[in-house]
Amino acid sequence: MKKILLYSFLIVTSVVTLIPFIWMLSTSLMTDGAASVFPPKFFPEEVVLQQYQTLFTRLNIARNFFNSIFLSVVVTTISLFFNSMAGYAFAKYRFKGKDKLFNLLLVNMIVPSQITMLPLFLMLKSVGLINTYMAIIITGMANIFGIFLIRQHCLSIPDSLIEAARMDGATDFQIYRKIILPLAVPILVTLGIFTFLGTWNDFLWPLIALTDESMYTLPVALSNLMLEHTRDPELMMAGSVLTIIPVIIVFLALQRYYIKGIMMGSVKE
Amino acid sequence: MNSKEKKNIKNSYSFASTAAYFFIAPALLAILIFFFIPVIAAFVISFTDFDIYALGNFNTLRFVGINNYIRLFEDPLFWLSLKNTSYYVILATPLSIAVSLSAALLLNSKLLKYKSIFRLSYFMPYVTTLVAVAIVWRFIYHPKFGILNYFLGLIGVNPIDWLGDPNWAMPAIVIMSVWKSFGYSMIIFIAGLQNIPDDLYEAASLEGANEWQKFKSITLPLLAPTTLFISIITIVGYFQLFAEPYIMTQGGPLNSTLSIVQYMYQEGFRWWNMGYSASIAFVLFFIILIITVIQFKVQKITSK
Repeated sequence: MKKILLYSFLIVTSVVTLIPFIWMLSTSLMTDGAASVFPPKFFPEEVVLQQYQTLFTRLNIARNFFNSIFLSVVVTTISLFFNSMAGYAFAKYRFKGKDKLFNLLLVNMIVPSQITMLPLFLMLKSVGLINTYMAIIITGMANIFGIFLIRQHCLSIPDSLIEAARMDGATDFQIYRKIILPLAVPILVTLGIFTFLGTWNDFLWPLIALTDESMYTLPVALSNLMLEHTRDPELMMAGSVLTIIPVIIVFLALQRYYIKGIMMGSVKE
Repeated sequence: MNSKEKKNIKNSYSFASTAAYFFIAPALLAILIFFFIPVIAAFVISFTDFDIYALGNFNTLRFVGINNYIRLFEDPLFWLSLKNTSYYVILATPLSIAVSLSAALLLNSKLLKYKSIFRLSYFMPYVTTLVAVAIVWRFIYHPKFGILNYFLGLIGVNPIDWLGDPNWAMPAIVIMSVWKSFGYSMIIFIAGLQNIPDDLYEAASLEGANEWQKFKSITLPLLAPTTLFISIITIVGYFQLFAEPYIMTQGGPLNSTLSIVQYMYQEGFRWWNMGYSASIAFVLFFIILIITVIQFKVQKITSK
């Protein structure tokens, strides 16, 4: 009896949690105006792809979709490379000022990123990089949390492996590429999802740094579209579906790594 | 080991430290140029009258001391944004913790199977794009055609103009934010719960304790560090409220949802009052700093 009660509670609350998504998807398949009725309809009377057609033909959302994919992939690739090198060095090398440097980085994790945006904007504007892909890429090339995550993982790699390779005459970079990187794959996947989703979902910085519609990422394009289409729930829902679907696919495919990363991040003392 | 090999190892170690600098250089340079220097620059800018004229010609830039901060202190709109944001944080933080802790307790129950499916559905909102779900919720909150008022109507609640009524707009954003983010704290709570040894509960059961007593005297105290961590993360995150009001209300109605970051964004990037905007950013930083310092103090006291 208690079990049935618990299960029904879990099922009801899960459905309630997912209703916004279900409603979003079903509204996105309706004809213009079909969602602006009372009582609200939960399923389209006829399923049409009209909204998606409008987005792709008239509103050129494919371009924004490309921008989002491209920037997320590039930022993820570069930052994985930079962060993993730094994280490995902080875990396994001895060098002057290492602990001080690492602590300085950790302390600065509490600085809200909004602070940097004014000077970043001015800086990039003076070198003509505002409204370019570079504005998003170079500001995302490395981050403290990523270095921290990789370092934690590399600490568990035995020194003997590295020393053995060194005896065999491997250079430091070969050790990093042939020994460390393969062993760090799980954490690289974790950090990769964080970075990919972080870049994909980011809003404030792209809103500031990208000024042409053709350069917008999906969230910025959506917020811009919302200004003119406050009365078109069907169209806006289709835009939201397009923005959310890739995120859900990436998450569902790699959720174990993602959740492990959250747990790791919570024990950073 | 002969002396030649020893020398090789020594050499490789001294080489090692050069290699370390080579490994950390790209990331640290990027962080220096795109993080540390901007933070310092923002601090300097907050003491200038950097505005749209200075944007065109740096020569018009003047240092104005703490004038921006004084002006901030006398600016009713800034106080309003601070009040709104605090109101939001005060409503949303306990609610988010209550919901995520309840979900974690449920999902940690030994009675149940298929927990991963439920965990997945609770967690889903957290990973999705904030701007996209804010748009969805804007329509959910529609006074006439939105599904929330429809469901409430079924149980006899009169339609509420969620985003159009200054009294309801912030609570509406709170509900949406809690829905969006409770999955994250839930995961951390589950991890915390799994660290509590089972035999504690067994011993309590033997002594005849009921579920509530066990929760009160075992779960809550042992979960205290986790709860503290989650509170801080949540409060700090919520103080940076921006996209939800930007998409759902544009800070309205009657500025009732204007947040600190939104005010900073407006001053800086709409009116190009960058000096003033930088001072707003630093007040936000100061608030976050204080909260974090309090956390460390509390942690020290409780761990003694």
